[in-house]
Amino acid sequence: MNAATANLRRRASTTLHYTVLVAVALLCAFPLLWTLSAAIGTEGNVFAFPSSLLPQRVSLANFIEVFRVVDLGRYFFNSIWITFWTVVWTVLVCSLAAYPLARLHFRGRRLVFAVILATLMLPTEINFLVNFITTTHLRLVNTYAGVILPTLAGAIGIFIMKNAFEEIPQDLLDAARVDGASELHIFFRIMLPLALPQIGALVILTTVTSWNNFLWPSVVLTKSNLMPLAVGILELSGTFGSSTRVIAAGAILTVAPALIVFFFAQRFFMRGMEGAIK
Amino acid sequence: MMADSARLGVPDPGNAPGPAGAIDRRMRATGGARPRAKQARQAWFFLAPALLLLLVFTFWPVLWGSILAFTEYKIITPPTWVGLQNFEDLLDDPVFFISIKNSLLYLVIVPVIQLGAIVLAVLVNNSLPGIKLFRAAFYMPVVTSVSVVGIMWGWMYNEQGLINAVLQWLHVINEPIGWLSDDRLALFSLMLVTLWRGLGWYMVLYLAALQSIPKDVEEAAVLDGANRWQRFWRVTIPMIMPTILLCTVLSTLSAMKVLEEVLIMTKGGPVSSTYTGLYYAYDQGIRAFNFPRALAASMVVSVFCIGIAWLNFRFLRPRHR
Repeated sequence: MNAATANLRRRASTTLHYTVLVAVALLCAFPLLWTLSAAIGTEGNVFAFPSSLLPQRVSLANFIEVFRVVDLGRYFFNSIWITFWTVVWTVLVCSLAAYPLARLHFRGRRLVFAVILATLMLPTEINFLVNFITTTHLRLVNTYAGVILPTLAGAIGIFIMKNAFEEIPQDLLDAARVDGASELHIFFRIMLPLALPQIGALVILTTVTSWNNFLWPSVVLTKSNLMPLAVGILELSGTFGSSTRVIAAGAILTVAPALIVFFFAQRFFMRGMEGAIK
Repeated sequence: MMADSARLGVPDPGNAPGPAGAIDRRMRATGGARPRAKQARQAWFFLAPALLLLLVFTFWPVLWGSILAFTEYKIITPPTWVGLQNFEDLLDDPVFFISIKNSLLYLVIVPVIQLGAIVLAVLVNNSLPGIKLFRAAFYMPVVTSVSVVGIMWGWMYNEQGLINAVLQWLHVINEPIGWLSDDRLALFSLMLVTLWRGLGWYMVLYLAALQSIPKDVEEAAVLDGANRWQRFWRVTIPMIMPTILLCTVLSTLSAMKVLEEVLIMTKGGPVSSTYTGLYYAYDQGIRAFNFPRALAASMVVSVFCIGIAWLNFRFLRPRHR
């Protein structure tokens, strides 16, 4: 085999490689791309193939219309509100718990760690049934607190923060303690600022998870004016008189923030996932 | 032990070096609590919020749920013990049998999703131009909210929808197929959605495993004259076996617990053909407010999950000679 045929073979193999990649990428992206095309188009049969793939008349009319059909602004606000407070409290609760696990000495540290690890093995998907009973008793049904509270303390968040705190040099803590700093002071003034990269990763993971969260909010919120987008979008698709194109516009508005965050912070996802598995 | 306590910042009385010993003395001098006891109290103060939330929303449901499954309970009145009555009711309900059968049938997607994810991970485990864009594209379904996934695939599967339009345009079929309205097809249509949603997630896990294979192992195989195919089966697969085991268990469990796709796209229909174990529990609990029956059903699903996870570990564990 001479150099020319080897080169040709390598080229053919690369071409095949890309062909497969493009084909799979199209399969993955197709529903989203089609929905986008339906949302920005205004004319013609929305399901016609292949003419519906490229919208003939591009306009934002459907995006305006969708705010008229349902109170999408309200859903948007609810999503932002729920996501914001979920992120703030998740970071606080998880790092508070991670600090003693990483840096303080106390009896029962291993047990606590094992207990938190055990939550990963419990069949938690079923918890929504009893959690609904609990939130009913706590009078938290149809409140934001009812949506947020059960999602805050997570093993993965605690592990991410624990690993971050373990990397911080001991000298810094010793010096602070010599100066008479309290543990809370050390936590807020030394640990948290030095763990900013990992906090960033946790913020991004929590933002996307919380924004997309569907099942629990749909169980605990029955009033339409409290629902986040991920739940409200189904109200829209069930509303009489909302056309496919208008629902498509709503769907795009629902997924866009999470996808944008994902595209700008891709490596956090890849790394966060690895961190979660290790 | 000494190294450990030094790392944890514990003043080690007796042989503590410099600053730690100094704090120790100072704290004694100022008459405060003994440092260890004080640190322990502070540790629990820091842990309290997380532990309280975990207790109420993670451990309590498992415990209380397992008890409520043996009671009659309507939320407003205290539960009364009824023994196995709820489980007997389940056995009398043909829909429950369909649900369990469907949940087990759902497991056929596990090998498909795992093989697909491994192949994708191998395809993107290189530095070809644009490869990051492809990785992102494959991961996109994972970061798309499941409600929107359900709506979009509803359009794809619609009788006048995209899939039928494409197939008719290609002249593969003459009459549109009722992907979600035909009770023989609906469950398989849902499986395809679950597959579409999960592929990217497992791909990332496998990609991480592939990237941790030492380069020299691969190179040694090349030097030994192994071709691509042999390298894949004899080197790559054995090296990522722990990840395969983990992912298989994870995807088996999530296949057994499929709920959201059913809830959003079919609500168990047509004619109960897409009920799954957890959708049955959801339907009984959240819609019909029959929580004990719902919890009994979810206990049955959990038992199946534990059994299947155990089988996975038994048969996929890497064997050492």
